[in-house]
Amino acid sequence: MSQFLAMGGYGAYVWTAFATFLIVLLIDTLAPLARRRRNLRELRARLARQENRRRPGTPPSNESNA
Amino acid sequence: MANWVPLWLHRLGSPPVFYRFAGAVRPWAFGLALLLGAVALYGGLVVAPADYQQGDAYRIIFIHVPSAWMSLFIYGAMAVAAFVGLVWRIKIAEVVAMESAPIGAAFTLITLVTGSLWGKPMWGTWWTWDARLTSELVLLFIYLGIIGLYHSFEDRRQGARAAAFLVLVGAVNVPIVHFSVNWWNTLHQGSTIRLLGPSHIEASMLWPLLTMMAATKCYYVASLFARVRADLIASEGGKAWVRDIALGQPGNDAA
Repeated sequence: MSQFLAMGGYGAYVWTAFATFLIVLLIDTLAPLARRRRNLRELRARLARQENRRRPGTPPSNESNA
Repeated sequence: MANWVPLWLHRLGSPPVFYRFAGAVRPWAFGLALLLGAVALYGGLVVAPADYQQGDAYRIIFIHVPSAWMSLFIYGAMAVAAFVGLVWRIKIAEVVAMESAPIGAAFTLITLVTGSLWGKPMWGTWWTWDARLTSELVLLFIYLGIIGLYHSFEDRRQGARAAAFLVLVGAVNVPIVHFSVNWWNTLHQGSTIRLLGPSHIEASMLWPLLTMMAATKCYYVASLFARVRADLIASEGGKAWVRDIALGQPGNDAA
């Protein structure tokens, strides 16, 4: 196992390279999922505000659990 | 071509149809990317033997080369989408082009970093200003320029159109990157895999490389579709179909 991790003395280079690959792609995977959720939340809040303007006095129920 | 193919493509140009299609395809593409990626990593790190000259350091090839291919492949896909968007004013094509840029930039960054980590032990330097490395760095700057130009407009479609022009102008760099190792003397090695003629690599090293190439292609589809979905929620926010999704109307928010 430790022989595998050592990578013939090049372990630091090899594992840093593979970690870079995985970390960059992990960020690239998570960012759009979070962005879609944020966009949906903002849209819901905007719709609730419009509804409130149309019928004043209605509690903005959609915003609380956004 | 069968009649239903252009019809299907035409329907896919509609944002709600594309949104649902992307939502259905994304998990499968992502799952396939994970599966193929895991197999390729096992093949490249465990099964493949060490190189007779470079020892185990050569194993960086299994991520460096597929990432480099993707940095060019995504640019090609982005250029086609940008061209379609500019000529036929198809909104989905503009969105696909603009949302491809960050993924291409990510793969270009990976290519540069892993190449640097490979260059240090093998060439004795992290970086050198030769043709292949410099043109790949320029590719990263072009990607960043496209992303920046797109976001510097208040109106998204205006930004997409301006950035699409930059995509087409920047396309001149793609063949320069690809042929740089043939056109100039460089520290970088020539092509290992050749479409025509035998490749300069052993079969036990070739299959993990090709598997990783397939994995990164699937990954691009998954990431692109997730990005297009996020983009459409914002850019189509005024439309009824997005409002239905936001307010959780049944049957619309699949995945």
